[in-house]
Amino acid sequence: MTIKSDRLKSGLTQTLIYIILIAGALWALFPFAWMVLTSLKGYAEASAAENFLPTRWLFSNYVDAWNAVEFFPRYFANTIFMAGATVAGVLITSTLAAYAFARMEFPGRDALFIVLLATMMVPFEVTLVPNFIVIRNLQWSDTYQALIIPWIASAFSIFLLRQFFRSIPQELHDAAVMDGCTQLRFLASIVLPLSRPALITSGLFTFLASWNSLMWPLLVTNRPEMRPIQVAMTTFIGDAGTQIQLLLAAVTISVIPVIIVYLILQRWFVEGIATVGIRG
Amino acid sequence: MTEIVTLAQTPPTRARSPLRSVARRRIQWTAYLYLLPAFAIITIFHILPVFYAIYVSMNKGAINKFQFVGLDQYVRALTGGDFWNALVTTFTYALLTMPLTMALGLFFAYLLYQPFVKARGFFRAIFFLPYVVSTVGSAIVWAFVFDPRSGLANFILTRLGLPALRWLIEPSGIGELIAASMHVTIPSWLNGPSLALIGVSIFSIWQMMGYDIVIFLAGLTNISSELYEAARIDGANGIQLFRHITLPLLAPTTFFVIVISVIGSLQSFNHIFAMNNAASQSLGGPLGSTSTLTVYMFDQLYSYSNYGYASAIAILLSLIILAFTLFNFRVLDRRSRA
Repeated sequence: MTIKSDRLKSGLTQTLIYIILIAGALWALFPFAWMVLTSLKGYAEASAAENFLPTRWLFSNYVDAWNAVEFFPRYFANTIFMAGATVAGVLITSTLAAYAFARMEFPGRDALFIVLLATMMVPFEVTLVPNFIVIRNLQWSDTYQALIIPWIASAFSIFLLRQFFRSIPQELHDAAVMDGCTQLRFLASIVLPLSRPALITSGLFTFLASWNSLMWPLLVTNRPEMRPIQVAMTTFIGDAGTQIQLLLAAVTISVIPVIIVYLILQRWFVEGIATVGIRG
Repeated sequence: MTEIVTLAQTPPTRARSPLRSVARRRIQWTAYLYLLPAFAIITIFHILPVFYAIYVSMNKGAINKFQFVGLDQYVRALTGGDFWNALVTTFTYALLTMPLTMALGLFFAYLLYQPFVKARGFFRAIFFLPYVVSTVGSAIVWAFVFDPRSGLANFILTRLGLPALRWLIEPSGIGELIAASMHVTIPSWLNGPSLALIGVSIFSIWQMMGYDIVIFLAGLTNISSELYEAARIDGANGIQLFRHITLPLLAPTTFFVIVISVIGSLQSFNHIFAMNNAASQSLGGPLGSTSTLTVYMFDQLYSYSNYGYASAIAILLSLIILAFTLFNFRVLDRRSRA
């Protein structure tokens, strides 16, 4: 085999691999393309599926969809508030607890840590009924605290941050303490800035889990104006009636914020998953 | 994916300096204050409820009017047909989704891993997009892709000269449908999973492929390139490299993905709920044929307010998940000792 034909062969292989990769990318993207294209069609065209592209591009569908769904801005505000407060809560409680586990000496430390790890083994479904009963008895149904408070601590985040805090050299801590630095100041001014990757990873996971949560908000909200966007989306079917193009326009509006956040923070999402491998 | 991977995977190095032991000998009682917020929430909402769930599972009736019934709810679950049907549906769903998702995930990860591939980050980002977009949104889109009248699936089928299908509202098994189209009758055990369950599975494969790609790609990156070079010098070809180096060294990653996928199947809920809601406004799909364990549990809780029975199912579910998790630990442990 000559060098020339060898190069031709590897060139062909490379082209073939690129073609397969592009086919895979199209498979991942086509539902989104179909969603946007259908959302721009007229009613008759959208419900007949006779051509792929709209004959007339009706951008006004988005205005109609926005108006057809009552409380649309409210759903977004609810979700942003719920996810934001949950992330803030998890980061605060986890940082404090992780610091104690990583850097402090106290009786029962290992036992408490094992208890914490054990809670990670309990699937969410088990605590669902009891928590629902507790929320009912507290009369917290249809409140933000019902959506947020049960989720502002995370054993997983504590675990992740503890591993990270422990990788910060002990000498740094000892030197700072000798200079009269308090634990809290050491945590705030040295540990936290050094732990940005772990904080972002744990914040992103909490955000995704909260933004995507469905079962819990379904149970604890009844009034439409208290619903996060995920729950609200399941009721769009009723709001938009049989108008597929309006329904898909509403869904497009709902998923765009997540796509934008993802495109900006793409690296953190992918690397975070590769590191810890949790599944939502 | 270099920096975080190394930080998370290398065991923390704790230098044993004399300074350290002096500074750390004192017990710091303030530590309990640091733990308080997290442990208060975890105790109230994640530890005590486990015991409360066991109590609720031994009762029947409405909230605050519970009647103790002992293990009746478990007997009802284990002797009735619904629980077993849900369990069979769950594992059928796992078998429909897991092997194909993993094969596609490994295939694309291996292609992306090839050194000459330029836009690796770009492709990875696109493959991963379905996993990130909120499940309810993408599941509604797929429910309309499968819409019998206006959906893309039937648009393609009819263009190819094939009959249109009812997809998510079709309770008949796939074997049954094929046999009917060929005008033959088959025994009922050949009916196979319902077309609705297959529709739900196609969504899951689409959504989870990117996740498996990312995990496999991370696993592949951890394999030393020197091994490949050495094998190549010995004259191994591409397929031999894959068979004798990639696959064995990737086994821990593969095993991790299997366990995570089985647990994911047992807990699958959001997309099934959203797709059925969009297609037929029902919880478990046509004739309950997409009712996995978690969907079944939620239905008992949400539609029938059977708190005791739903808790019993949740506890049985968690025992199954626990068994898989322990199995996972044991195999990983054996591997690390070997």
